[in-house]
Amino acid sequence: MINKIEDIEIRLLLDAIFEKYHYDFRGYSTASVKRRLHQAVERLGCRTFSVLQDRVFHDPSILPELLSFLTVQVSELFRDPAYFRAIRELVVPHLKTYPSLKVWVAGCAAGEELYSLAILFREEGLEDRTLFYGTDINPAALRKAEAGVYELERIPLFTENHRRSGGKTSLSDYYTAAYGAAVFDKTLRRRAVFSDHSLVSDAVFAEVHLVSCRNVLIYFDRDLQDRAIGLFKDSLTRKGFLGLGAKESLRFCKHADAFAEFAREERIYQMRGVS
Amino acid sequence: MTGPSARAVVIGASSGALEALLGILPGLPKGYPLPIMVVVHVPPDRKSLLAEILGMKCRMGVREAEDKEPVCAGTVYLAPPDYHLLAETENCLSLSSEEPVHYSRPSIDVLFESAADVYGPGLIGIILSGGSDDGARGLQAIRQAGGTALVQRPSLALVPVMPQAALDVCPDARSLSLEEITACLLEAATV
Ligand SMILES: C[S@@+](CC[C@H](N)C(=O)[O-])C[C@H]1O[C@@H](n2cnc3c(N)ncnc32)[C@H](O)[C@@H]1O
Repeated sequence: MINKIEDIEIRLLLDAIFEKYHYDFRGYSTASVKRRLHQAVERLGCRTFSVLQDRVFHDPSILPELLSFLTVQVSELFRDPAYFRAIRELVVPHLKTYPSLKVWVAGCAAGEELYSLAILFREEGLEDRTLFYGTDINPAALRKAEAGVYELERIPLFTENHRRSGGKTSLSDYYTAAYGAAVFDKTLRRRAVFSDHSLVSDAVFAEVHLVSCRNVLIYFDRDLQDRAIGLFKDSLTRKGFLGLGAKESLRFCKHADAFAEFAREERIYQMRGVS
Repeated sequence: MTGPSARAVVIGASSGALEALLGILPGLPKGYPLPIMVVVHVPPDRKSLLAEILGMKCRMGVREAEDKEPVCAGTVYLAPPDYHLLAETENCLSLSSEEPVHYSRPSIDVLFESAADVYGPGLIGIILSGGSDDGARGLQAIRQAGGTALVQRPSLALVPVMPQAALDVCPDARSLSLEEITACLLEAATV
């Protein structure tokens, strides 16, 4: 019985967040949202979800805090090196046949995935013809992405990942270390645009050749996953590529037929030609 | 005794996991009527061979879970390296890459707490050999939701720390040998 009341409270809380701020977490994966909200009530010192709901309505400072609980920000440069190796070895040869390219990193967090691709594209000589879009719903993450500054302790892992992804240069070529932080080369984002865009509620905004959307869809329920994949399908060019996270697939998705498996293990798909 | 209507089993193990799992899972028949979800602490950066090894020894199907995978009876689902495994609904699993819990991703607590919420009294939770205290909170959540808590008897575990930590938090969990745990699972399936 106790659990039932909690479920009602959580539903009302998510309604409140949507009504007041238009952030829509109602179609997110329930198990994960519950976990995150349990952490939120605990750390924000709220006795119940209803108390937290009250703060959603009456305390404007709560939104950034709540977003930090409700969106999972875990990321790395060249996370899952095998994925970036497959992009480099299998996708890049196709991309090289286009005179100009657009790449959409959906759910870009603090920019780690976008900078990885920017470095890879520079190494492969594609940078000058490419425009990168990095989108996310978390404004704090977008600001970090824009700044391109990461804690120095994360660099050894990033360096190792980059090497294992088949990196042709040294990662240290792309940042300068200062005051415990690694500041990434500004020229890497010369051709990048970071902006607020939600896969839940916003529309297609460009035609792109590659969508990289990793570890975002796992937080959605199946309907929402279908919506997001529908957006990717509508924005990809003929024969365009879609890269997902290591444990994500189109297996349970209603748009699966529009895509062919391109690199199975690395979860890279290619749009079929005819429609 | 296990409740009259068990609907799922969750298992957590760390160091000594393989030996302990091999003491239980091969004893279950092909058509075992409950799904079994398992978290083993595995290193994040490698492909885990656990599913293959267990698959060779078990009559039940064994696989690494995919995100939003439907839950089927007679199948053992393993958390993949570097992801938490959660019970989303009675019929659906989900994965998450949120922060490690007890320095571990996957974490036993994360699976157990989500499954306790979904299956309530219909859940059997089992803590096996291991050197951390992951799983203790999760087992407690299962008890609080009315589910059944089993623990590998610490004196019989390769690494007793984890089952002991679970017993400390959940003194009413049953402390059993692997054979007794297997018998419990078989019995739960026949009621
Ligand atoms: C775990 S991070 C993934 C980071 C990176 N793509 C990677 O794989 O390392 C998930 C990101 O998705 C973002 N996100 C959550 N809901 C979203 C939505 N509806 N639309 C766009 N981004 C979203 C979160 O803010 C977060 O930055």
